[in-house]
Amino acid sequence: MTGRSASLAMNANVTRARAVVPAAHVSTQRRSLWLVVLLAVLALLVAGSIAIGTRDVALEDIWLALSGQVDSIGQAAVSVRIPRTLLAVLAGASLAVAGTIMQGVTRNPLADPGILGVNMGASLAVVVGVVWFNIDSAQAFIWVAIGGAACSAVFVYTIGSLGRGGATPLKLALAGAATSIALSSLVIAFVLGRNDIAGGLRSWQIGGVGGATFERMEHVLPFLAVGFAISLLSARKLNALALGDEMAAGLGERVAWARAAAAFGTVLLCGATTAICGPIGFVGLVVPHLCRLLIGIDHRWLLPFSAITGACLLLLADIVGRIIARPSELDVGIVTAFVGAPFFIWIVRRQRVRDL
Amino acid sequence: MTAAAFQVEAIASSRRKRQTRRRTVLIAATLLLVAMFVLALMLGQSFTPPGNVIRVLLGQDVPGASFTVGKLRLPRAVMSILAGLSFGLAGAAFQIMLRNPLASPDIIGISVGASAAAVFAIVVLSLNGPLVSLFAVLSGLGVALLIYGLSFRNGVAGTRLILVGIGVSAMLESFIAYTLSKAPAWNLQEAMRWLTGSVNGAQLSQALPLLLALLVFGGLLLSRSRDLEALRLGDDMAAALGTDVPRTRALVIFAAVGTIAVATAVTGPISFVAFLSGPIAARMVGAQGSLLIPAALVGAALVLIGDYVGQFLLPGRYPVGVITGALGAPYLIYLIIRVNRTGKSL
Repeated sequence: MTGRSASLAMNANVTRARAVVPAAHVSTQRRSLWLVVLLAVLALLVAGSIAIGTRDVALEDIWLALSGQVDSIGQAAVSVRIPRTLLAVLAGASLAVAGTIMQGVTRNPLADPGILGVNMGASLAVVVGVVWFNIDSAQAFIWVAIGGAACSAVFVYTIGSLGRGGATPLKLALAGAATSIALSSLVIAFVLGRNDIAGGLRSWQIGGVGGATFERMEHVLPFLAVGFAISLLSARKLNALALGDEMAAGLGERVAWARAAAAFGTVLLCGATTAICGPIGFVGLVVPHLCRLLIGIDHRWLLPFSAITGACLLLLADIVGRIIARPSELDVGIVTAFVGAPFFIWIVRRQRVRDL
Repeated sequence: MTAAAFQVEAIASSRRKRQTRRRTVLIAATLLLVAMFVLALMLGQSFTPPGNVIRVLLGQDVPGASFTVGKLRLPRAVMSILAGLSFGLAGAAFQIMLRNPLASPDIIGISVGASAAAVFAIVVLSLNGPLVSLFAVLSGLGVALLIYGLSFRNGVAGTRLILVGIGVSAMLESFIAYTLSKAPAWNLQEAMRWLTGSVNGAQLSQALPLLLALLVFGGLLLSRSRDLEALRLGDDMAAALGTDVPRTRALVIFAAVGTIAVATAVTGPISFVAFLSGPIAARMVGAQGSLLIPAALVGAALVLIGDYVGQFLLPGRYPVGVITGALGAPYLIYLIIRVNRTGKSL
C-alpha cells in the first residue's frame, strides 16, 4: 500500500518533471518559431512600405527605382520611400529596445521613452539649440538631443522617486506624463517664433519618419550601434535586476552600475532617434508587453525580439499613416499615439490601488 | 462660560476678518480686470486715447479708431474675458470636486475632447455656430464619462483618473491631427487654435452664445458652490453634512463640461488656464469661501494678459495658448514635485 502510493507519488513527480522539461524545450522551439514569423512579417512590411504610399506606383517602376533610377514621378516617389523605410526600421527598433530596458530598469510596466518625457526632452533640447545657439550640423543635433534625453530622464526619475515608496509605476508615469506635457508646451513656444526651423513645428512636437535621407541617417548610425550594443550587453544584468535589488546584489551584480549602464544605452537610443525623427511615443510601451506575451521574460531574448517587433510596429504605423489620410499623410507619431494610448490606459487600469 | 464666550467672539471676529479680506480681494480683482479690459482696448500697434475708446464703445464713428478698437481689439478682448471666465470657473469646479489640482479639464482630456468634436464638426460636417457648440458639449460630456468609467475600479483614485485622462488626451490629439490633415486648407493658424487655443479672428457675434452658456452653466455651478465646498472635505463628510454627493457630482460635471466645451468650441482649449486659475485664486483669497468666482476672474485675467503678451511683447506673434502653456508648464512640474514630496494626492 505504502509502496504503491510511493510509486504513484514518484510517477506524479516524473510526469511533472516531464511536463517541465518539454515545456522548456517547446519554449526554445516557440521562440525560434516566433523569430521566423516576426522576420517574415518584417520582410513583408518592408516590401509593403516601399510599394504602398500616398501615390500608387506600378510594379515595374518600383523595380526600376530600387535599382537606382529616378526618371518618372513614380520612381522618384519610391526612391524617397527607401530611406524612409530604413529609418522606420531603425527608429522602431531603438525605441522598442529603449522601452524594454526602461521597463526592466525601473520595474515599471508603464515605462516608455515617450511617456516618461525622454523623447520630448531630446526634442526640446534640439529646438532650444537651434533657436538660441544656432546649431545646424546633424552631428550637433544628435549630441544636443542625447544631452536633452539624459537630462529629462534623470529629472523625471528624480521627481518620480521623491516621497514615500520610491519610484512606484504610477508616480513615475505621472511625473513623466506631466513633464512631457510641460516640455511640449515649451517646444511650441520656442518653435512658433521661428518658422524657418527645419521641418517646422510639427516635426518637433509629433515624430515622423517622412523626412528621411540616407545622409541624415549616416550620422546617427554610430550612436544607434553603440546604444544597441550596450543594451544587448546589459540583458543579463536586467534579468538579475528583475529579481529585486537585494537579490541582484546577492548574485554579484553591481546594481547601481548596471542601472546606469542600461540607462546610458537607452538615452543614446532615444536621443539619436529623436534627433532625426522627432518624439515618437508609445512604441516602447506596447512592444515589450507584446514580446513578453510571446516569448517570456528573459531579456536575452526579449531585447532582440523587441527590436524586430518595434521595427514591424513602426513600419506598419507608417504605412497606415500614408494610406488613411490620402492625399496627405499622417506622421507616424500620431498613429502610434492612437494605437498606444488605449494600451496605456489598459495597463493603468490593471495597476493595483496600493500604488496610488 | 466667559472663556467660552470669549473664544466664540474670537472665532467670529477672525471669520469676519477673513470675509472682509475676501471681499476686498474680490472687488480689487474685478476692478483690475476692468482696467485690463480698457487697457487692452487702448494698447496695441498704436495707442488709442481713452476718450476715443469710450466714444467707439458708445457707437460713435471715430476715424482711425473705429476699426482698430471696434473691429480688432474689442472682439478679442471680449472673447478673452468670456473664455477666461469659463475656463477658470470650470477648472476650479473640477479641481475642487476631485480634490486634486491636477484633475483640471485641460489635463484630463475634457477640453481636448471638446476641441476634437469642434474640429470634426467644422471640418468634416461643415457645421458652424451653435451646432458646433452643441457638438462640443456632447462630446465633452462623453469624454468625461469615458474617463470616469475607465478609471473606476473600487472607486476612482486620483492618480489613475489623471493618467487615464492623459492617455485619452493623447488619442484625441491624434484624432485632431488626423482630422486637420484631411481638411482641404490645412494651416498652422487653425491647427494652433484647436491644439493650444487662440483668440485670433474673434468676432463679436460669437460672444452672445458664449455669454449665454456662461450664464446658464456657470449659474448652475455657482448655485452648487455650497455643496462643492462640502465635497472638499471628502465624500463621507459631505454626505454627513447633508449633501447629495452623487447628484452634486453629476450636476457639477454637467455644468463644468458645458461651460468649458462652449468656450472651447470658439477659442480652442487655451492651455492650462483651467489648470492655473484655481490655485492662483486660492493663493489670493485664502481658504475662506468658494473659489469659483475668484478662479473665474483669474482665468479672464490670464487670457487677457496672455493674449497681449503673445501679440505685442514678444518678437513674433503667438496665440494666447502658447503663452499660457509656457506659463503653466513650470507650475505643473512644481506641483508634481510637491505632490510626491508630501506623499498626498492633495
